[in-house]
Amino acid sequence: MDDLIADFVAECREMLEALGGEIVAWEANPDDRARLDSIFRFVHTVKGNCGFFDFPRLETLSHAAEDALADCRAGRRHPDGALVSAVLAVIDRIGEMIASIDAGDGVPEGDDSALIDALAPGAEGPAQQVAMPAAVDAASKASSTPRTIRLSVELLDRVMSGVSDMVLARNELARRLREAPDDVAVDGAFERLSGIIAEMRDAITRTRMQRIENLFVALPRMVRDLCTELGKQVLVDIDGGDVELDREMIEMIRDPLTHIIRNAVDHGIETPAERLKAGKREIGLLSVSARQSGNQILIEIADDGKGIEASKLVEKAVANGVIEREVASRLSRSEQLALIFEAGVSTAKEVTAISGRGVGMDVVRSNVERIGGLVELDSTPGKGTRMVLRVPLTLTIIPALTVSIGSQHFAIPRSAIEEIVRANGGSVTLERIGGAGVATIRGRRVPEVALADVLGLPSAMNDQERTLIVLRPAGGDVYALAVDRIHDHEELVVKPAAPAVMATGLYAGTTLADDGSPILLFDPAGLAQVGGVRLETLERGGHTADVPVAVNSNEIPVLLFRGLDGARRALRLGVVDRIEEVAADAIRPSAGRLRVQLGEAILPLAGVERPDELDGKVRVFRLNDGTHEIGYAFREVIDLMSIERDVIPADVPGAINGVTLIGGEPAELVDAHWLFAEHLGTAARPQTQLVCRLPEGDAWMQNMLRPIVEAAGYLVIGDGDELSADLTIVSHGEPVQSAQSGRVLRLATDPDQVNGQDSIYRYDRTGLLLAIKSASGGNR
Amino acid sequence: MNELLLIVSIAGSRVALPAAAVESVVELEALIPVPRAPIHVAGLSALRSRVLTVIDCRRSLELGATVLDDGSLQEAAVVELDGHHYALTVDVVEDVVEALSEPAPIRAAMGDGWERVSKGMVETEEGPLLLVDIPAIIAGPATEARAA
Repeated sequence: MDDLIADFVAECREMLEALGGEIVAWEANPDDRARLDSIFRFVHTVKGNCGFFDFPRLETLSHAAEDALADCRAGRRHPDGALVSAVLAVIDRIGEMIASIDAGDGVPEGDDSALIDALAPGAEGPAQQVAMPAAVDAASKASSTPRTIRLSVELLDRVMSGVSDMVLARNELARRLREAPDDVAVDGAFERLSGIIAEMRDAITRTRMQRIENLFVALPRMVRDLCTELGKQVLVDIDGGDVELDREMIEMIRDPLTHIIRNAVDHGIETPAERLKAGKREIGLLSVSARQSGNQILIEIADDGKGIEASKLVEKAVANGVIEREVASRLSRSEQLALIFEAGVSTAKEVTAISGRGVGMDVVRSNVERIGGLVELDSTPGKGTRMVLRVPLTLTIIPALTVSIGSQHFAIPRSAIEEIVRANGGSVTLERIGGAGVATIRGRRVPEVALADVLGLPSAMNDQERTLIVLRPAGGDVYALAVDRIHDHEELVVKPAAPAVMATGLYAGTTLADDGSPILLFDPAGLAQVGGVRLETLERGGHTADVPVAVNSNEIPVLLFRGLDGARRALRLGVVDRIEEVAADAIRPSAGRLRVQLGEAILPLAGVERPDELDGKVRVFRLNDGTHEIGYAFREVIDLMSIERDVIPADVPGAINGVTLIGGEPAELVDAHWLFAEHLGTAARPQTQLVCRLPEGDAWMQNMLRPIVEAAGYLVIGDGDELSADLTIVSHGEPVQSAQSGRVLRLATDPDQVNGQDSIYRYDRTGLLLAIKSASGGNR
Repeated sequence: MNELLLIVSIAGSRVALPAAAVESVVELEALIPVPRAPIHVAGLSALRSRVLTVIDCRRSLELGATVLDDGSLQEAAVVELDGHHYALTVDVVEDVVEALSEPAPIRAAMGDGWERVSKGMVETEEGPLLLVDIPAIIAGPATEARAA
């Protein structure tokens, strides 16, 4: 009997979960027969089973709902809002009872007459209040159980950890095999075993995966309840429910996601009246979608509400002492918006019951970052807000970078690493200020700590020889960590370390490296704390120092490569635009010289001695002198180096400038100037088109001026475009929006306004044409 | 059936560990130190693709230090506590015996370290032995100081 009840409970739960979305869809379209049928089926099943199990209270309730729905099905009654709410209330009550049966308490005592009365035609009101408190409760209970497989989660975890151990054991075996003398048969067998284990690990990882739908099914219902409470109308659009995510991960993002959605409905989407006034549809749109991108899952929550006003955020942040006014004035727009994630900043004028629960976006961000994820925010006032949660697929396998101090290896989670720079590189300077380390990386000052000092480990290296890893811990700001050496990227199966080890605050866990030795995984925030870096004093673009980049003539960065003829050559990095790979048939002699087709452009090609021997793919440097481009074919890139010694000049002028030692071996230095001079000749034509920026919103400019400008050979772009303009035309008195404006021409609507050289009356056609032409002439 | 005890010697004293708690006795291989960890955490070691946290029992008892890096073999008892595996360094592992009595309080004055890890005295065929409280020896002196 107990088994039968367990099955009944499980079946009901599954149906309840699946029903969450159906009910709301039904409410939106009461005539949807399919939805009505599935809800009817649920209450019918419950009723049937109750008779069998002797749960009279449950039976009466489901029976009443079944009757009401049967009337709708037969067309005797039209399902209206009151009926939907009443049915909802009944379903919630059924959910509660089932939970109680599941807990072994049987059906609790209670009175359902209010709910049953509400089902009657013409009834109204009371059912609503009864429904609400139950609703949230039932939804959260229902969705916490897995959907299709009934399998002890503990067992699954044990299998998972068994497989992880197997992977580690395999790695150890691999290492031993490498040391042992070669035996083809053993190697072959091991390869096979290895492949099987890898496959198994994938499979078992997937068994832990759940469709994110489990998280999404409860959303329509939640939004519906919120809307009823707030008097708003919101349409939820859910997409990507079939994306799979680690079971634990789903639990970890449940709260942040719920919070974001509550916020969106409460603060983002306006009331129907406000929306109409703003020229929008009465019904707000909330779209929630999930998709996989590499080993990350992106969950996007977008609404078309009133958006976030960055300036208000800044005001609030300043008022609450989160940042200094002086710092605030220098923030970029995205930095301003990011203030919403600071503790003590909320734009809501008043705290509401829905989202003002003392839990702010700061908690959302720290929760997401704790699991190695990220929150991104974008908002346009009046248009809406878009948030993206990026979370890793699983918790247990962490991509990490291994580093070492002295002879000991450690791992740093990849997700926290912003960049890696050499301490003695040209763009980095290290200083000691009152004993504290400060690194200046491309003009940005960041606190620096030496890992050896934090750990108290002896290291023979001095600061200048070390490598700096710029870390951004969860919820904190960047700092640079100096390590002795950087080794490898590894995917590590991380396990929590013993409490005594975790208590140091430095580590996030332990793991075994491929060679079978234990490795400690750092907690970047903990490292900073122990290292004495204050993470809460956020460096928001404030402390950038205008340090001119030292021009050190001894260190010219060059790209060392092997030419098609096999010679070691080097090119100054500055002239190399990018590297492209082309099919050999894109290279052919035409118009007197060898040329290569790269996309839309046809460039002269250097570096090829015997064009007829080319076949397959050819790699080509795209060289750029600022205006012109040529190609240079090569075999392979060796490394990025700098010239260490003097250059011995070549005896005859030609493509080779001279010889020098790079990386301890001689290399020919390619003379870029000679290449351009030789290959461009005199008939060169600029490859880049002249660009003119016109204000987008100005009808006169777009209709009257634009044809003239285009006729003069310009590409016309708008304010928002990224291209750097050669010429920018604005109306008199308007500010120039973009930094890359080139020459600025101001047009006056009245001849009397004209002042200065770049100011022209807008119907002074001759002057205008002259100015446009001269701007282009100056650039040629 | 009486409890089985594993007789080991730590810092020159013969003591008993509850045998049921000891998974295995191993010879420790290379140790990876854990910087900034409490002093009695000697480091990490790998055992059959598991990570062991090595506890230096001498240091935990504040009776000097075990020499771990001289290349000689170091025996250790592997125990599990709250899902984590620990290796307790011991001088030597002797034998498994049956306990002949329930642990009884020791009324004589013991050394500080021993006092902390004592679960009392048990009678065995080999004479009375101190029964060591494994969680206490893993916790080490630092926790004791905080609790006091």
